[in-house]
Amino acid sequence: MIISLVFLSLLMALFGGWLFSHSINVRPWEVPGGALGERPAAVTAPRVGLAVFLAVATSLFALTISAYMMRMEMGADWRSLPTPGLLWFNTALLVLGSLALQRAWGAARHGRRGELGIGLIAGGACSIAFVLGQGLVWWQLEAAGHYLAANPANAFFYLLTALHGLHLLGGLVVWARTLFRFRGGATPERLCGSVELCALYWHYLLVVWGILFMLVLST
Amino acid sequence: MAIAIAVIVLALGSVLFFFLSPWKLTPLASNWGTIDDTIHVTIWVTGAVFVAVNLFLAFAIIRYRYHKQRRSHYDPENKRLEAWLAGLTTIGIAALLAPGLLVWGAFVSVPEDAHEVEVVGQQWHWSYRFPGEDGRFGAVQTRLIGPDNPFGLVGDAAGRDDVLIQSPRLVLPVDRPVKMVLRSKDVLHNFQVANFRAKMDMVPGQVTYFWLTPTETGEFEVSCAELCGIAHFAMRGRVDVVEPAAFDDWLAEQPTHAELAAREPGDPEAGEAHFASCAACHGSEGQGNPDQNAPRLAGLEPWYLERQLELFRAGARGTHEDDTFGQQMRPFATQLPDRQAIADLAAYLQTLPDEPVEASLSGDAKRGARLYRTCGSCHGAEGQGIRATNAPRLAGMHDWYLARQLRHFREGIRGRHPQDLYGHQMVDMAQVLVDDRAVDDVVAHINTLAGSGEE
Amino acid sequence: MAERGHDSASYAAASDIEEMELVHPKTFIGKYIWSQDAKVIAIQYAITATAIGLVALVLSILIRLQLGFPNAFSLVDPSNYLQYVTMHGMIMVVYLLTALLLGGFGNYLIPLMCGARDMVFPYLNMLSYWFYLASVLILVASFFVPGGPSGGGWTLYPPQVISQGTPGVDGGILLMLVSLSVFIIGFTMGGLNYVVTVLQARTRGMTLMRLPLTVWGIFMATVMALLAFPALLVAVLMTICDLLLGTSFFMPEMQTLGEQSSHEGGSPLLFQHLFWFFGHPEVYIVALPAFGIVSDLLATHARKNIFGYRMMVWAIIIIGVLSFIVWAHHMFVSGMNPYFGFLFATTTLIIAVPTAIKVYNWVLTLWRGNIHLSVPMLFAIGFLFTFVNGGLSGLFLGNVTVDVPLSDTYFVVGHFHMVMAVAPILVIFGAIYHWYPKVTGRMLDDRLGKVHFWVTFLGTYVIYFPMHFMGFAGVPRRYYAYGETAFIPDSVVTMNSVITVAAIIVSLAQVLFLFNLAWSYFRGRESGPNPWQATTLEWQTEHTPPRHGNFGDELPVVHRWAYDYSVPGAERDFIPQTVPHEGEERR
Repeated sequence: MIISLVFLSLLMALFGGWLFSHSINVRPWEVPGGALGERPAAVTAPRVGLAVFLAVATSLFALTISAYMMRMEMGADWRSLPTPGLLWFNTALLVLGSLALQRAWGAARHGRRGELGIGLIAGGACSIAFVLGQGLVWWQLEAAGHYLAANPANAFFYLLTALHGLHLLGGLVVWARTLFRFRGGATPERLCGSVELCALYWHYLLVVWGILFMLVLST
Repeated sequence: MAIAIAVIVLALGSVLFFFLSPWKLTPLASNWGTIDDTIHVTIWVTGAVFVAVNLFLAFAIIRYRYHKQRRSHYDPENKRLEAWLAGLTTIGIAALLAPGLLVWGAFVSVPEDAHEVEVVGQQWHWSYRFPGEDGRFGAVQTRLIGPDNPFGLVGDAAGRDDVLIQSPRLVLPVDRPVKMVLRSKDVLHNFQVANFRAKMDMVPGQVTYFWLTPTETGEFEVSCAELCGIAHFAMRGRVDVVEPAAFDDWLAEQPTHAELAAREPGDPEAGEAHFASCAACHGSEGQGNPDQNAPRLAGLEPWYLERQLELFRAGARGTHEDDTFGQQMRPFATQLPDRQAIADLAAYLQTLPDEPVEASLSGDAKRGARLYRTCGSCHGAEGQGIRATNAPRLAGMHDWYLARQLRHFREGIRGRHPQDLYGHQMVDMAQVLVDDRAVDDVVAHINTLAGSGEE
Repeated sequence: MAERGHDSASYAAASDIEEMELVHPKTFIGKYIWSQDAKVIAIQYAITATAIGLVALVLSILIRLQLGFPNAFSLVDPSNYLQYVTMHGMIMVVYLLTALLLGGFGNYLIPLMCGARDMVFPYLNMLSYWFYLASVLILVASFFVPGGPSGGGWTLYPPQVISQGTPGVDGGILLMLVSLSVFIIGFTMGGLNYVVTVLQARTRGMTLMRLPLTVWGIFMATVMALLAFPALLVAVLMTICDLLLGTSFFMPEMQTLGEQSSHEGGSPLLFQHLFWFFGHPEVYIVALPAFGIVSDLLATHARKNIFGYRMMVWAIIIIGVLSFIVWAHHMFVSGMNPYFGFLFATTTLIIAVPTAIKVYNWVLTLWRGNIHLSVPMLFAIGFLFTFVNGGLSGLFLGNVTVDVPLSDTYFVVGHFHMVMAVAPILVIFGAIYHWYPKVTGRMLDDRLGKVHFWVTFLGTYVIYFPMHFMGFAGVPRRYYAYGETAFIPDSVVTMNSVITVAAIIVSLAQVLFLFNLAWSYFRGRESGPNPWQATTLEWQTEHTPPRHGNFGDELPVVHRWAYDYSVPGAERDFIPQTVPHEGEERR
């Protein structure tokens, strides 16, 4: 549970600190004095929404990783899984996908429609390839006799990759919607918000995948 | 106003209830008086706060109830007051926590001179193991558990002298610290003796423990304190705390693993001689005879027959004044000289043919099927009997006999004797059948079942 | 910057408040079924939660009939008993309390009290309800599969919950697990909305420290739920794997009823850690909205500002944060490393401090007030009494040594029903009496309301208070029948009958309440826009009930905190949040 607790304490510290800065010396019943700031323009509802969702997803992954560690400690039957080489290739795909979407985001901000299209399609294609690649890894493992139920290490590998894959598929739904709007002729400015959310979400999933991959490699 | 009065009456009434209620902590029978002390400290502190806060609440309601002329005060906060209240609360909390942690420190440190008992939980039965003379438990494995090896001992040297107690009655010496080592064969259980205060879950796949020193002799009831399935409420046992000498005698009588393994299996040929006197009533093939009120014996599991014969012999069955037919059985059982004779007889009964019997009762089998769900969890869905749950075969047995026994269990004519440790469970379970009609219905359903002995 | 204020970064200038694009459907179905209006979604949540809650209420009566009059009815056999206990607990905790407080009250009150037109993501909000409804239907379906619903206890402890010997392992448990997953996904959609709405959609002038405590309570509870529900989701998914795919996350090697299982090496304690990592915050997910709402009820009906507002906000935050590090106090006798006991007993008792502060501040809010004993106020006082009782009995169970003899006895049942069932339910009732006029434009009947209050308040005390003492006597919980247990006196059996009768009477009072809801909807006295003369924004709407979009053409502008009751020198004993301070120009 340590990992989950560390994540939670970081989050709560941030939250508490933010709140503290808003409440210290505020006496709400008094007639207010002094100047008023503005809510920073960069803080938009979709961005905050994404941030909150990422916190929820992080909680989910942190808890699963905690469970992974605890199960490893508690049971004596842990036998590590061989790491299929394909995982490295998949990782590269996900990195490329993330980079492509980052490109697309930049293009959208600067109104470069062609580049936006290429970035979007490349990002999505890499991600779909990643998901298929993960499926292939499962198939390879099954074929090599590393069944899901044979060992907790296997079970956790399938569970973690499935959770990550599902999150990516969810992202792909938003991506598909964005692409659809792009094909429908929406301007880069109008798409900028969606592309930005996709790019940020992809970076997040890349980081999560990196952590999961390292976890699998190191245990 | 009524609400203020209600708050006052309820607050004071609660205090009164505390003093007058007939439900106190069970009489303490272990060294854990310190746990009781922490409970009492908590009761006094929380009780005082409870009364104080609620009386103040009631006073505020009365004093500041709505009045047209009055206006509320405007006081957003009072830092001093809040700090004081927070400080006092912190002190109160610390006063509760400190003794709690101190006692917990004692709770988790087992004294070095404690002797060990292993308690094994399973659905829905307790059994016990002592480490024997070498003071060490033999290693166990769940997969090795079976009818012949109920504890799953692997057969190492340390396990040979382990004393195995398969009945749910445990005897402990008074005034000797004991470490209860807890293990489960299947699901979570919790070994609770209310009078001992201490308890702990048993978790399959791991070994847990707690310790205590019994300080009072007497009989104490064991109940399961972790939901463990349908018969959770009937998972009972008993701990008898006795003088050390009596404990040593008792322990010496109990079989070790090696002794159990060396026991001769029953010899059917020797058993045939004993059966002669049974045959008069139960029939030459053990098929039973309704006219003699003698139930069928053929097809019953040997372990069940042995247990019941032991009970008859020991006077734990067939001694209740209302159990007329059981009383008739007793003298025959006492004729059997020893355990081996009983085993022989049971073995002989295995050789008798398993013929179907005729139904004699008319109940609503459909309604009975619903009632039988409860029975099926131990006796098996087909009434075939399950060794692991100590539940004998029901299918194919005489229905009039089953019905009579169910009524006896329900009314406490059978199963209430303190020596009948398995019958207790049936007394509890038979309460599911609320009237004679329910008994007939469930037996009618059992008549339709096809289970035949252990598969 | 013409505006004056004191709270820097979270104050939006007028130009920053973008008018939301609201979908205004014309058809009945669009308006009331596939609605994206948070208020309609709130009502949908409330009706669904109440409906499933009534099922749980009936189950509890069946449970009580068995306990109060064992062997008198053959309604309930041991399997049914466990199934009813399980479903009662799960429905009440998750599908009623969580859904009603966050989905119902959260949806209705957050946009109104923050001065927003709607939730920020209305479509997601609608989806959230339909996921919730699906989860409820899946749960109900488990009553109709062979073997019936799960009987493993609402705590769903493996191995028993998915192994033979427990009712409902054939399909009931799978449906329960799937239903929980769907619920969590749906809740996440709603929860995102509540949080982002509070953070982003507050109207001009509504600084964080001007938010009513109701919003604070619901907000913090939602934050906690968003972070805690994933623990349940992980546990549930892993249990599903153990059940269907033969993995051994939680399932150890075992022999159930003489059969060797195919599992190996799993850890039941791992499940308990995950479950309670969700389960304990869940207690506060239910409690914090109740804390917030009751604060506003007390202030409004005592015509007095809440005492120590800032302390109240911080207490909510601190309780929320601390509740994540106390989970193992549910596991003191679970067989986990006993040394954890020291840590978790300490953190648990620390939580008592902010909680106690809240109680003091509530009582001090009444002190020197002008207390209207209206029905909402009665329920609020009932809550205070019940919560003090339940909170104090928590000090027994949180203190590790005291917990040992009391765990899994009726003391626990008495404690958590007091603190987690009766206390929040009393607040919910009070809140319904308080806000019903805003929702419908009519007052609930006062006399029926008082009868409802008295029967519920006194009845529940009769039900749950004696249970603590039965716990002292060692009466174990989750027992179908007690038979002749040596240490259980006959008086316990008698008391059980009394409790059952009280439970039936209390349940009948709820029927009266439902009748009141229905009757007043058509015949209730017209309430006008602000019957309680309250300050918060929901009472200042142009229409009652508020229309889609909540406010008129202009969003309200907030000039003061939510508790300006009986301000010295003011003309009336309340000043709405929209009224500027003297000398402050109205914008």
